[in-house]
Amino acid sequence: MAEVLDIAVRLIVIVAAFLVLPLIVGQMEHKAMAHMQSRLGPMYAGGFHGWAQLIADGVKFAQKEDVIPAAADRRVFAIAPAVALVPYLVVMVVIPVGPGLVGADLDAGLFFVLAVMGIGVLGSIMAGWASANKYSVLGGMRAAAQLMSYELPLVLAASSVAMAAGTLSLEGIAEQWRWWWLPWQAIGAVVFFVAGLAELRRPPFDMPIADSEIIMGPMTEYTGIRFALFMLAEYAGIVVLSALTAVLFLGGWQGPILPGPVWTLIKIFVLAFVVIWVRVSFPRLREDQLQKLAWIGLVPLALLQLALTGVVRVLLA
Amino acid sequence: MTEEPEGRLRERVVGIGAGAEAVQARELATEDMVLNIGPQHPSTHGVLRLRLTLDGERIVSAEPIVGYMHRGAEKLFEVRDYRQIIVLANRHDWLSAFANELGVVIAVERMLGMEVPQRAIWARTLLAELNRVLNHLMFLGSYPLELGAITPLFYAFRERETLQHVMEEISGGRMHYMFNRVGGLKEDLPYGWLDRASGAVADVRRRLPDIEQLIAGNEIFLARTRGVGVLDRETIMQYGVSGPIARASGVDFDLRRDEPYLAYGELPVKVVTRSAGDCNARFQVLLEQVKVSLDLADACVERLRQLPPGPINQRLPKILKAPEGHTYAWTESPLGLNGYYLVSRGEKTPWRLKLRSASFNNVQVLRELLPGNLVADMVAILGSMFFVVGDIDK
Repeated sequence: MAEVLDIAVRLIVIVAAFLVLPLIVGQMEHKAMAHMQSRLGPMYAGGFHGWAQLIADGVKFAQKEDVIPAAADRRVFAIAPAVALVPYLVVMVVIPVGPGLVGADLDAGLFFVLAVMGIGVLGSIMAGWASANKYSVLGGMRAAAQLMSYELPLVLAASSVAMAAGTLSLEGIAEQWRWWWLPWQAIGAVVFFVAGLAELRRPPFDMPIADSEIIMGPMTEYTGIRFALFMLAEYAGIVVLSALTAVLFLGGWQGPILPGPVWTLIKIFVLAFVVIWVRVSFPRLREDQLQKLAWIGLVPLALLQLALTGVVRVLLA
Repeated sequence: MTEEPEGRLRERVVGIGAGAEAVQARELATEDMVLNIGPQHPSTHGVLRLRLTLDGERIVSAEPIVGYMHRGAEKLFEVRDYRQIIVLANRHDWLSAFANELGVVIAVERMLGMEVPQRAIWARTLLAELNRVLNHLMFLGSYPLELGAITPLFYAFRERETLQHVMEEISGGRMHYMFNRVGGLKEDLPYGWLDRASGAVADVRRRLPDIEQLIAGNEIFLARTRGVGVLDRETIMQYGVSGPIARASGVDFDLRRDEPYLAYGELPVKVVTRSAGDCNARFQVLLEQVKVSLDLADACVERLRQLPPGPINQRLPKILKAPEGHTYAWTESPLGLNGYYLVSRGEKTPWRLKLRSASFNNVQVLRELLPGNLVADMVAILGSMFFVVGDIDK
């Protein structure tokens, strides 16, 4: 009985975190971006500095008519947002926020995370194809092309940490982490984060969405709650990417004075702030420029990191 | 294939594995896709339509289709008197309203043989330069937005707001000033306005580096604009492209210097040119022109302070009739050559007022520029043509 209760509590906490953290990141984006652009951002919803803006948005989205274009592939069109969203929820189950504080500690956690995160892009490709819209098709094609460029550096950079820690368990990696890993794994951390941005289709890698070129890419035809699910997937993706970077490269819950989970959250939000900051300050790359960046920049750097990790491991052993 | 910074196409060979042999034997069938950019599309700033034929994302052919915003300005000119046509002329390029008014009043004054008071000439020059800065700031903000950088827009609008305050104080309008009259300006400058104007100019000059440092040197921005959409001198001459776009390709022509009107003859007009002819050069020209215009505005304020008091306009007859004849008045509008060919038969309305607007000629060149580029570059090129749809469709 106690075991069942334990699992239930963990799952409830994870679902709550899954629903709340992306909203906080979204609100943070509203406000941080606004102040960087000499604006105020939302100020009315909820009274205090527009704190309830995203809740109000959610209510509005839920009320809107669910339009499916006549020529669309209805079933694929309908499930695409779920395909985009659910992988991030599943990934959250295995990310530890403190020692023992994890939905399920898998021995091959890192492997699991990378495999599941890769599914999210399918949602975009499905939406792009099913919408029966030329802009959506272009967006879907771009999403697929983008996949070619970020997946490999992402995996290589992550495997470097796994090699350093000698385990694939996320909890194990965070436990093994020491402060001098920061300089040691710095290259890998940057590669992982940049490739992760490309996976999330966040600026400067938002070519599949590119509102000034192809309107909203795969999301062009979506309205109401389905569109909201895509947006939620984007922000849940930011949380997941930040959490993974924190756990793999920044030691997760390790830090002085404050309790472990607080440190994890601090690191997640600092990284999420960087994601927002990048969006405010950079233009968008072109698809082929991203591939060039990935293949002649990120992949060699990740391999270099892998070699460095190997050499240091051998020297230490 | 990757676009190198110099604009050459470089072939990159990629191994695709053993399974490729099965495919290579018979080429996969591909089909061109016709994509309509517009009439409603975020990067057309209105209702321009581009009919693109795409092979994948590469543009095979492009055809600009104009006319969705045709408001019949030229025909309306023929049934409005000379006071009323100023308000119509004001509207075709809504970002350079003052410059548009200017062409009309200069044409009518020339027909009437009317001398404009010195104070009016200098005040017009000042306002025209402020209007040029306002126009350029708009594009300095919107062009990065098209490339995905959202922040410069807000900085540009902050500067625009500063300048619009002084323009609003003097004319009551924020976009359509309607401050020109045949024979001068509507009213004299308000007391202390010159100080506020030079204060606004100083503020904009001080904060302009914010935009410049944020975007102009950014690696991604350079990668997206350098060597993209290169426009050569020959094409410019054939299509009658003018203004900052022509000067970015090394066409050293500016009416303010080469055929001075207003007070430009007495001002040191520095003509900004670049030789690259790509999107980045066009952006650079715009940025540089803002600085030049701010300097010119300062010079005008100085001169206005020294001028003795006097009238700012002429008394006009109740019914204003231009004598029979014709004239062509062209001015260096912010976006390029803006010309009015006025034909009068001695009536109180023009018999014909032909409008030569800058954007109309400038966008025609898209047909030459776009093919061979990617859709993503299409947006970069389109944005760098700095057009106003109203100015295309009149």
